[in-house]
Amino acid sequence: MPRKLLTGNGAAAWGARLAEADYVPAFPITPQTEIIETLAKWIGKKEMAARMVNMDSEHSMITAAGSAAATGVRVFTATSSQGLLYGLEMLYTVAGWRAPFVLVNVSRGLAAPITMEPDHNDILAARDCGFLQIHCATCQEVVDSVLMAYRMAEHTDVRLPVIVNLDGFYLSFTREPVDLPDADKVREFLPAFDPHETKFRAGEPVSQAVAVLGGGPYSYFRYETHLAALKSLDVYKEVEDDFADLFGRRHGVLESYRAEDAEIVFVMMGSFATKAKEAVDRLRDSGEAIGLVRPRLLRPFPAEDLRQILCGKKGVAVIDQNLSVGMGGILYSEISAALYGRKDAPPIITSFIGGLGGRDIKPEEFYEMITTTKLAIFNKMTPPPRLLYTAQELREIRKLQGIAHVEKEDKANVKAEETKP
Amino acid sequence: MYRIRFHGRGGQGMKTAGRILGSAFFLEGFEVQDSPRYGAERRGAPLTSAVRAGRSPIYERGIILKPDLIVVADDTLVPVPAAGVLQGVEDRTAIIIDSDINEPEWHQRLQINSVIHTLPAPKDLDRAEMPYVGSLCAGAAARLTGVISRATLEQAVLEELHEFKESVIEENIERALNGFDLLADYEGTVIENTDPTALNYQPPQWIDLPNESVNLAGPAVHGGATSVEVRTGLWRTMRPIIELDHCNKCTWVCGSFCPDSAISVDPDGFPEIDYDHCKGCLICAAQCPPHAISVIPERDSIEKEEA
Repeated sequence: MPRKLLTGNGAAAWGARLAEADYVPAFPITPQTEIIETLAKWIGKKEMAARMVNMDSEHSMITAAGSAAATGVRVFTATSSQGLLYGLEMLYTVAGWRAPFVLVNVSRGLAAPITMEPDHNDILAARDCGFLQIHCATCQEVVDSVLMAYRMAEHTDVRLPVIVNLDGFYLSFTREPVDLPDADKVREFLPAFDPHETKFRAGEPVSQAVAVLGGGPYSYFRYETHLAALKSLDVYKEVEDDFADLFGRRHGVLESYRAEDAEIVFVMMGSFATKAKEAVDRLRDSGEAIGLVRPRLLRPFPAEDLRQILCGKKGVAVIDQNLSVGMGGILYSEISAALYGRKDAPPIITSFIGGLGGRDIKPEEFYEMITTTKLAIFNKMTPPPRLLYTAQELREIRKLQGIAHVEKEDKANVKAEETKP
Repeated sequence: MYRIRFHGRGGQGMKTAGRILGSAFFLEGFEVQDSPRYGAERRGAPLTSAVRAGRSPIYERGIILKPDLIVVADDTLVPVPAAGVLQGVEDRTAIIIDSDINEPEWHQRLQINSVIHTLPAPKDLDRAEMPYVGSLCAGAAARLTGVISRATLEQAVLEELHEFKESVIEENIERALNGFDLLADYEGTVIENTDPTALNYQPPQWIDLPNESVNLAGPAVHGGATSVEVRTGLWRTMRPIIELDHCNKCTWVCGSFCPDSAISVDPDGFPEIDYDHCKGCLICAAQCPPHAISVIPERDSIEKEEA
């Protein structure tokens, strides 16, 4: 099939269509809505044989998705940001049911204050719930990953729901050339969902995860979920090979870009990582041995694959498009934990927080992150985490505070001085 | 890589203009990325779209900081700071403005050395005309690149608008080809920029954010009526005008329906429109029982004021 220009949202919808999803519970939220609008249009025109139901909230939507998946049909759904968090209770619940389906999340920064643009605190709030997570950097990856996600989710050794994540605006509304997989080949890659013995039927009543259990049994079920997630790393590699054989594209658990012979490596997730690739090319042009590693899977965490690439490097610069308030970058701690105490672990791992609420990361900022990391390697001293934020941006916020009639602190101090006897 | 930025207002078809140009590049064999950028605003608010086209996969994303070409569909956006029309303009950047003001006048106003092309804005501009501005702009931009043929441009419009009725498609094709033909003398004058270099880069002015009191750092708006400072009247493309001769001083219909509370009643009982904040939604005009509210294009009202 010839390549065509598709938005990330369009690619996600094509993923659901090619996977021949049976059921789509839906609730609108920007910047995801285009996905369900596209599916609604296809279903209305009978180009796609699925049932779509508009729910009253994301909480109900995820409940419906999990319940339907438990009956053995293939389910697709999508949300963003506040919507994902509104359904968070049910993310844990349906993962606990071991109900396999695919949820596309279009990342958008969380309120308050409100933004429309992306960062990863929404998807990272779902980090520990039991959903597996695939993070995309291009529109091509979005459609491919939805198909791969079903294979992973429905595998009898896994049976866990999967979130496929793409960034709002930078992928959701951005068109790129996409090679749409051929429908027949997709059927070969992803046959109809066979739920085996685990299926709900109205005529054969069974109960799922309803009992109140003590800590011992609870631990068993919770840890079994964890073991299934770990096992999914092996399953993913099978799926990756099958996908590459059929479609000629390989999407690994991580993307390694010019990293093999690099001395310093950027680590970051999502669509902003293609900006880092651009910076790597420019730094290579100027003689610097720099590379990029982009984890595609966050859950399961590809710790061993990361160690294989990162051990032996002089330094690693981790860019977090998220902020764990009171701690710092979430990816930074996960990368550090994967490397600590290992043979040839990089002596310096620097931490940068950037792209919050879609804030751009400029080329010179990537170059400066390398300069900072080189200095840290030379000084044998890890610098404090750095928020990518400039003097000009602070001037902008001062202007906004002026408009909002915010009382300046120095003014308050002056008043205090004046009232002194 | 070509880096082209479109500026217009919500409703003027800038997203579609970007897509038409993106599709045209793609049909000519380029790698393409096109993306609109907007917030929570409505029709009339400033928005941009970006088109990148090159011979190898494109890794850049988001807003274009150093455009080769800036296309402005609505010349009233140029003085609006939030629209950022001139952001990153250099001597090599070409500019297309849909405007009745001539090129020397624009050079005089903007004090820049860039080549400026004006497209004649239709005199009788009204709401129904607005969507076609995008096709005109896309056609003009395509010609300046010199790598898109007339037939390809037509094909790109067809592909982008195939879901619309035939008359709409035909009208758009005509406008796009019109834009393409208008700039025939300047074919190929917009050239791809070279890749930026990491050598001798200007370091970013990063700062350590100070820890400030919650009085300052809590996202609260102190004091009332701060929205007065945000002159949303700049979004207006059409202006409602109350003809007092016909107003029956009912004193509530237009003002009650106004979603922005931009209509008040004066001591004599006549309604008054606050043009600093009227966004031109025209609900007042639709609701007025004695049909006392007429509508004129904003461009005409500015001319009237200047006269």
